[in-house]
Amino acid sequence: MQIAFYIAAFVAVLSTVMVITRFNVIHALLYLVVSFMAMAVVFFILGAPFAAALEVIVYAGAIVVLIIFVIMMLNQKEEAVDQEKKWLTPSVYIGPAILSVLLLGELIYIIYEGESHTIGQQVVDVKEVGKTLYGPYILAVELSGMLLMAGIVGAYHLGRQKKKVTHRFLKQTED
Amino acid sequence: MQVSAEYGLLLASVLFTLGLIGVLVRRNIIFMLVCVEIMLNAAGLAFIVAGSKWTQADGQVMFIFILTMAAAEVSVGLALILQIYHQLKTLDGDAANSMKG
Repeated sequence: MQIAFYIAAFVAVLSTVMVITRFNVIHALLYLVVSFMAMAVVFFILGAPFAAALEVIVYAGAIVVLIIFVIMMLNQKEEAVDQEKKWLTPSVYIGPAILSVLLLGELIYIIYEGESHTIGQQVVDVKEVGKTLYGPYILAVELSGMLLMAGIVGAYHLGRQKKKVTHRFLKQTED
Repeated sequence: MQVSAEYGLLLASVLFTLGLIGVLVRRNIIFMLVCVEIMLNAAGLAFIVAGSKWTQADGQVMFIFILTMAAAEVSVGLALILQIYHQLKTLDGDAANSMKG
């Protein structure tokens, strides 16, 4: 089963590279869905089936669809792709890419400094996750409920269109 | 299904670096938001690997919290993107670099 992990990891890395290099937003999002599916396979192999299901449902299902809805609302034309091509030139991406790859090299060095372990022998199933989530972590569950509430209120407040003032007395002073 | 823990952490750090490069390089704010999602997902993978090493459920619990935070973040971020697009008529991240003060 090791080979499945390597294939899924390869697909995840390759599709993520395609996400950050596409000019068309919709193409990038389709590659993002492929990346999330490959990550779900990785989670399943590592013995976390509940996390794999959540990855498919929430990330590939909800979040990507939300971004696609917003792109539909923005009504982008063909010029947007040309604009992207103009923005993404080698002089722009060489510097940050080299610095980030240096950081990646340091991370890889740190990971290989530690001792080796094998993982994924035992599956941590949904029952155990539920017991931990609603046992010691119950306060964090309530806090994430508040976070989601704040997200709903913030998204409604920010996404609201400005109402036009049509009152005859207020019209003069509004401008 | 036995995998060495280094390869899981390696995959997480490669994906995190790719997301970081995307945030730094792209100027379209939708792409920047997508790359932040990639980085959060890589952080979640690191938690899953750690939880799998000790065969504890805490890693998956932390992944669920990261998922919640990502959902809240993307909803507020997309509302901000819509607002910026309506006011400035562009998706350029550099267009909103100054306030009216």
